[in-house]
Amino acid sequence: MSRSAIGYIALVAFGLIAPFFIYPVLVMKVLCFALFACAFNLLLGYTGLLSFGHAVFLGTAGYVTGHALKVWEVPTLVGLLAGTGAAAVMGWVIGSLAIRRQGIYFAMVTLALAQMVFFYFLQAPFTGGEDGLQGVPRGTLFGFDLADDMNLYYLVLAIFAASFWLIQRTIHSPFGQILKAIRENEPRAISLGYDVAKYKLLAFVLSAGLAGLAGATKTLVFKFATLSDAHWHTSGEVVLMTLLGGMGTVFGPLVGATVIVTLQNELADKVGSLVTVIMGAIFVICVLAFRRGIVGESLALYRRMIGQKP
Amino acid sequence: MAEDCILETVGLVKEFRGFVAVNGVDMKVRRGHIHALIGPNGAGKTTFFNLLTKFLEPTRGQIRFNGIDITREVPEKIARRGIVRSFQISAVFPHLTVLENVRIALQRKLGTSFHFWKSDRSLNLLNERAMELLTSVGLEGCADLVTVEMPYGQKRALEIATTLALDPELMLLDEPTQGMGHEDVDRVMQLIKQVSANRTILMVEHNMKVVAGISDTLTVLARGSVLAEGPYAEVAANPLVIEAYMGTEVDELASPAGH
Repeated sequence: MSRSAIGYIALVAFGLIAPFFIYPVLVMKVLCFALFACAFNLLLGYTGLLSFGHAVFLGTAGYVTGHALKVWEVPTLVGLLAGTGAAAVMGWVIGSLAIRRQGIYFAMVTLALAQMVFFYFLQAPFTGGEDGLQGVPRGTLFGFDLADDMNLYYLVLAIFAASFWLIQRTIHSPFGQILKAIRENEPRAISLGYDVAKYKLLAFVLSAGLAGLAGATKTLVFKFATLSDAHWHTSGEVVLMTLLGGMGTVFGPLVGATVIVTLQNELADKVGSLVTVIMGAIFVICVLAFRRGIVGESLALYRRMIGQKP
Repeated sequence: MAEDCILETVGLVKEFRGFVAVNGVDMKVRRGHIHALIGPNGAGKTTFFNLLTKFLEPTRGQIRFNGIDITREVPEKIARRGIVRSFQISAVFPHLTVLENVRIALQRKLGTSFHFWKSDRSLNLLNERAMELLTSVGLEGCADLVTVEMPYGQKRALEIATTLALDPELMLLDEPTQGMGHEDVDRVMQLIKQVSANRTILMVEHNMKVVAGISDTLTVLARGSVLAEGPYAEVAANPLVIEAYMGTEVDELASPAGH
């Protein structure tokens, strides 16, 4: 308990001073993807459900928030909530359909439905199609002008911290216990009288909503929403981030997202489109050599060093 | 007589694409009995179990529990009615602790299982009851172990403790002593006997020593149908049963204690 408390305090402290020596927009981007990956991990790592269409929630919330802020000119907070709510509703619809199947079929249903939504976004007038939804105003919050990167940064940090806390709480809640039971042995959970479909659906909606919050925040940061957020590449990327960092670990998705986003950012200018190849290579190495991910392997190493069983 | 019978199947049939796995089984399980179900491999025992707990949908026929028709109910509803099953492969939650395994069964009654905003410390009030259950199966020393690290026999004992946590009226045990060494078989047998007080047990079991030792009634399934039913001594002497069990198992039937 105390060890993780120190970890949290160190992270928060780092988060508070980070924008003074790192470009704030980059840190905000990392935080958005970290939140996205943490939300995804709630489903994959703690419920055992591999959604292969999670980008649709990121993308949907991005467009809804963008549209609400730009066209309806609602306050920033309302815009964020609208995006998050839209993603949660979308999560409820896609989740209700997908949880009827298991394993690879579940993944395929989520992918297929996400692709349908993607092509809708491609055609729909309000998204701007290939051009994306440009010029979304950031607005103000409690009198702070969010057009200032530093002001926005602390809002993004607060959103991330609150969501991270909520995810931790969910994992360590009575509900989280049942999720773990379903992940570990679904028939047994049923035989103990649990209606597992309802638990999976709630987990799916929570995960979709939080992924949506990530997308809504991202729109605010970049002032635009694009098709690439809803593309299946992004769904694949979040799988990579979660696996690279460590699926089913608390900090894994945060570490994975940081590594991937930073790498993409650093490499984009230097190697151009080769960046996709490099990501692929990282994925292969991760799956072959360290399946528990960076955080998972580090924890296992630490336990070996202090002489515990892994 | 009706209240005497806790579970009844009438003409229960399960077909898989032309193959009839369970073929018109009429069976009555009497309240308070330990009822054993045996039969050669492929006789349809596990399929029958899956039908009773609705993990499989019957093709035809009826299942009645305490006189209520439960043929069309979903598995979790069956469990909430008080019919709780175990599985052939040990049904534990491997990466949770032993205490957590039992607590998951107890947790449903709290009604907070959807509360994702609550701390799991709110579950600690179940620990006392969970420890009682673990003590009753001799696992009080293992509460904080991660289940995957326990030997097989103890996992089966944990499974029984978890099932007991629901206080089921009818326990369905699918091969509770499968793959166990001698001492473990004896322990689990004692355990089943002990927990059978005030409840009914229906079990699939291959070990004739266990069947002869603790069962009140025995049903023999062969090729999806009931071949014989009655007390052990009577069934064991039935020539049809002896024929169905060719080879060494005839000796097992004749001298159950001989192992």
